[in-house]
Amino acid sequence: MSASIDFLLGPAWPWVRVLLFLGGTAAFAGLNAAYLVWCERKIAAYVQRRPGPMEVGPQGLIQPIADAVKLLCKQLLTPPAVDTILYRIAPVAMIIPALMCFVVLPYGDALMPTRIDLGLLVVFAFSAINVISLMLAGWSSNNKYAIISSARVVSQNVAYEIPMLLTIVTLILVTGTTELGTIVGQQGGWFWNWNILRGIWTLANPLVPVSFLIFFICMLAETNRAPFDLAEAESELVAGSFTEYSSMGFGLFFMAEYVNIVVGCSLATVLFLGGWHTGLGNLLDFLPAWASALVGLGAFFVKLYALIFVVMWIRWTFPRTQFYGLLNLSWKILIPVALFTLLLSSVLVKLPNLF
Amino acid sequence: MLLLNKQEALARVASHNVGGPNETFVLNLGPQHPATHGVLRLKLTMDGEFIRKAECVVGYIHRMHEKMGENRTCAQFLPNTSRLDYLSAMQYTHAWCGAVERATKLEVPQRAEYIRVVTSELNRIASHLVGWGAWVMDLGGLTPILYAFDDREKILDLLEGICGARLTFCYYRFGGVVNDIDDAFIQGTKAFVPYMRERLKMYRAFVTDNVILRKRLEGIGIIDQDMCRRYGACGPVIRGSGIANDTRKTEPYSVYQDFDFEIPVYDQCDSMARYLVRMDEMEQSLRIIEQALAKLPEGPFINPKVPKFLKVPAGDTTYATEAGRGRFMVRLVTDGTDTPYRVKLRTPCLANLSLAEEVCEGMMLADAIAFLGSLDLVIPDIDR
Repeated sequence: MSASIDFLLGPAWPWVRVLLFLGGTAAFAGLNAAYLVWCERKIAAYVQRRPGPMEVGPQGLIQPIADAVKLLCKQLLTPPAVDTILYRIAPVAMIIPALMCFVVLPYGDALMPTRIDLGLLVVFAFSAINVISLMLAGWSSNNKYAIISSARVVSQNVAYEIPMLLTIVTLILVTGTTELGTIVGQQGGWFWNWNILRGIWTLANPLVPVSFLIFFICMLAETNRAPFDLAEAESELVAGSFTEYSSMGFGLFFMAEYVNIVVGCSLATVLFLGGWHTGLGNLLDFLPAWASALVGLGAFFVKLYALIFVVMWIRWTFPRTQFYGLLNLSWKILIPVALFTLLLSSVLVKLPNLF
Repeated sequence: MLLLNKQEALARVASHNVGGPNETFVLNLGPQHPATHGVLRLKLTMDGEFIRKAECVVGYIHRMHEKMGENRTCAQFLPNTSRLDYLSAMQYTHAWCGAVERATKLEVPQRAEYIRVVTSELNRIASHLVGWGAWVMDLGGLTPILYAFDDREKILDLLEGICGARLTFCYYRFGGVVNDIDDAFIQGTKAFVPYMRERLKMYRAFVTDNVILRKRLEGIGIIDQDMCRRYGACGPVIRGSGIANDTRKTEPYSVYQDFDFEIPVYDQCDSMARYLVRMDEMEQSLRIIEQALAKLPEGPFINPKVPKFLKVPAGDTTYATEAGRGRFMVRLVTDGTDTPYRVKLRTPCLANLSLAEEVCEGMMLADAIAFLGSLDLVIPDIDR
């Protein structure tokens, strides 16, 4: 499969490959964001026992497009006394890093824009920028609610980057690489080869399910999703950092939130849940190359959307945490546990080398 | 409206004490804010996320109900009373009817009293459901309010069937009630009681015992008994502070002394205690409804001897009921003319709100919102 794709899009026409992936990721991210809003509303409706959007198209399926058109047509208001340049940059600085993460995310054996040795680092480097963008948005809009929100965003993200990176370091110890394609490649075969289970029976990191849990919680906090949505706590801070934004300025923040969720859940899939591997061992080996590539893509999306469903399910079930509760959870529980996992794993991985 | 151009606005921003060591800023929570559920305004002097000083600004929805009471006859004023605390309309009209009945020495038939108790308790459950749902929504749990409204809808359907109104009921009349209750209402209410018990169990499992909710409410907004006395607080707020004061027991009105029920009291003094008081009160209300329907006497539903024009003799009467948010008292001073000389409406929410300034000091913003939810304020009830 990989060979045939390389034959088509390989060294002969590198620019075709680049263009295809640019268009592909942009369309994927945009459509995904639009339709995840629809999914979110439908899931909320299901949890709350009501029909949800029903008017535009069957089951409200055209609603996201109608919303996008509405947002595009609205007036772009710039309130007086805002820092105009930063105020305008912030939404763009929010969406671009989120999209950049797609450069290294492997969706299939051949469906990967670029292989970068430090792929994992690239994702974290870019996803850390959204904190700065949210802070800029809150600070430049000169609104008290927005300022409080940006202060919250910064301390929340600082607190949650640490346990997240600690779990990642633990994972890197076991995998020995930061190239995402290789990490997925190691998880082939049966589902017990997925990183979430492999660490247990290879004794590299017996606490790897806990690591996954920490990663998932941190991902929720990093993307400002409930129950950690303090930055946009609508009952306290109206709309948080983007209170003053209208039209597509708001639209971009909204889109970036969902793109970030997709990136976070994709990363969880790649790192812990075996990426494009179905986990069915050699049962599907009889399939031709193109079919197994499609099945792989399907497997990836099933895992991705299952995780996204959990994210939404949590949002509509739990109340919001309090600020110090959130920081306590990070500093007093997640960081010590993540540190312990790292220590345990490094001992278990490096100890055999001593003898 | 004040519109500034950019230079003026920048100058105004620059004139603030930026970067000072004791820098505070004033945050206007309201009058239009999602957490105040109405036009309440809190002027918060903030030090970062901590509240240095809270100042409640009330009066945005002042409608001069007391003055209106002096300018119209007692019967004309009756519909006004259901518009004070629109969520406890039954208990409020009950207090007004009770005051007028006491002033005119009008007998109320037993059946009417029982009907009043049943409808008042249904109304109390509906009121607590709204307060609970909106409060959990303030805490970021967006789902429970829809379940609460689902249950409340059933109550409103029942009450609509007997009096036509769904929110501002005007069902009680001097000397009784306006319509007799029919079989549909009795059967519907009997079916509602076990249904609601199951729902309360579900709410307990999914919402009350949720660890995040408990962490948000436990130890937040401590109101001690001394503070309750100083501010004249009432209702679930003081029962959450260990004071077993409920007008239905301490100064029994109507036929409440006929029923076996308890006053839920918790002495933790925090928001969680007030939460639990309200949840338990719903269960007690279900008990009262059950007993009242079982003992419902036959007879007229309104005193047949009520005169067409009610002449209230000169005098000074009070009548208090236990509404959803606490003790509601009417003081009716009459001088023998068609209209009362003075109408004093003592509403629970104003007293409960006045606590907030003292309690909010030093709290974090999110905690203050959780605490305000625990007071279960209805803004028209504060402003009257």
